[in-house]
Amino acid sequence: MFANFDFNVIQRSWVYLFQTGMTFTLELTALAMIGGIILGTLLAMMRLSKFRLLASVATGYVNLIRSIPLVLVIFWFYFLVPYIGAWLIGASEPIKVGAFSSSLITFILFEAAYYCEIMRAGIQSIPRGQVFAGYALGMNYWQTMGNVVLPQAFRNMIPVLLTQTIVLFQDVSLVYVLSITDFVGAASKVAQRDGRLVEMYLFVAVVYFVLCYALSMLVKRLQQRVAIIR
Amino acid sequence: MNYNWNWRIFWEPSPDGVGTYMDTLLSGLEWTLATALSAWLMALIIGTIIGTIRTTPNKVAVRIANAYVELFRNVPLLVQMFLWYFVMPELVPESIGNWLKSLQNAPFVTAVLCLGFFTSSRVAVQVSAGIQSLPRGQKLAGTALGLTLPQTYRYVLLPMAFRIIVPPLTSEFLNIIKNSAVALTIGLMELTARARSMQEFSFQVFEAFTAATILYIVVNVVVVFLMRWIEKRVAVPGFISGSTGTGGH
Repeated sequence: MFANFDFNVIQRSWVYLFQTGMTFTLELTALAMIGGIILGTLLAMMRLSKFRLLASVATGYVNLIRSIPLVLVIFWFYFLVPYIGAWLIGASEPIKVGAFSSSLITFILFEAAYYCEIMRAGIQSIPRGQVFAGYALGMNYWQTMGNVVLPQAFRNMIPVLLTQTIVLFQDVSLVYVLSITDFVGAASKVAQRDGRLVEMYLFVAVVYFVLCYALSMLVKRLQQRVAIIR
Repeated sequence: MNYNWNWRIFWEPSPDGVGTYMDTLLSGLEWTLATALSAWLMALIIGTIIGTIRTTPNKVAVRIANAYVELFRNVPLLVQMFLWYFVMPELVPESIGNWLKSLQNAPFVTAVLCLGFFTSSRVAVQVSAGIQSLPRGQKLAGTALGLTLPQTYRYVLLPMAFRIIVPPLTSEFLNIIKNSAVALTIGLMELTARARSMQEFSFQVFEAFTAATILYIVVNVVVVFLMRWIEKRVAVPGFISGSTGTGGH
């Protein structure tokens, strides 16, 4: 069945695939995860805030982002970021934004909506009495959140946050629509140059499967370890 | 900031020559819905079968079903699209491969297959969760009444499980609509692809994407309301729908 195929193409392009492609994918995943979790936590705090305006702005944002496809969001920000940049620094022309920063901004803003829902569940899983206890001890909102609620919320939600990160890792492949050289982009460039689509795409699928499966097994283990015994 | 807004662009003729830009977008929406609905039907059928197998006592079958779920969950959707579109026709016998490649609606057929299998693994997880959330006594009662295992599933477990998992299935259905946008990479002219091509031809980036966004939101809202109505219609008295398998005190 594989007689006509030339799997040496993988060996030939190995360095390009991993040094250029996978590095981009992993860097983007890591930075978007950190940014997404920070922004997502802030959004979650806004959604749960007693100030109606803050709550509805955050709710509206999260619902909006969650109801449109990631591909469309990627296109949106690809064109929007240069204008926002120009507006921020007061330039008259849209500024030039590199492929990496543009996709990083996109993924932080997109994934934040999903991380927000996870963190909201995490914050809501903490008994209300702990917040009251914090206030009773004389702590303010930020102190109560930072020292009492959020550490526990994070701990409870680590497995879910990591599962979402695996999803993010897979989602990053969609930067392909902007012809950016991530792992899939690199593979598809080699595939088209050498006419080896079958070999390259099978290889990409195997690499993703191995990585994601290993990560999800790790998350499962972690889930058993971090579970707080009540 | 010098962007020339031109909201009347939607009523200008589009370069494909069949109508206005608005018609182009709406035809894209039709493709999105056609893809999502066909794939959803497929995902429900396969997902129910796989999900049911995951809860049977047959260990080998459970393993195979679990492997099926892991396979589709751990490869990005984009890569799966490529596998179905570029790789599959090369791996099947040549005559079938050539037939597949010459199909007129190849991107549509491929997208449906890909999304169908992809989502079926997610539906399967929900179906097993739904079945497992039922009290063990229901299965025992079924067998005690003299029903065979398939009959117990058909008349006792699955009707209950499906009612319980309506909310997670709703979000999977919303996901399949959104995921159909990935099919633009294999040339399906669905809504996002139409917005993109409108932007390329008319240079009215933000109008095009705003229109697509609004259409997606409208579809979302309609689906959510429809599913809420279905949820109410099929609700079983005495069960809190949506809380699958969460233990209380």
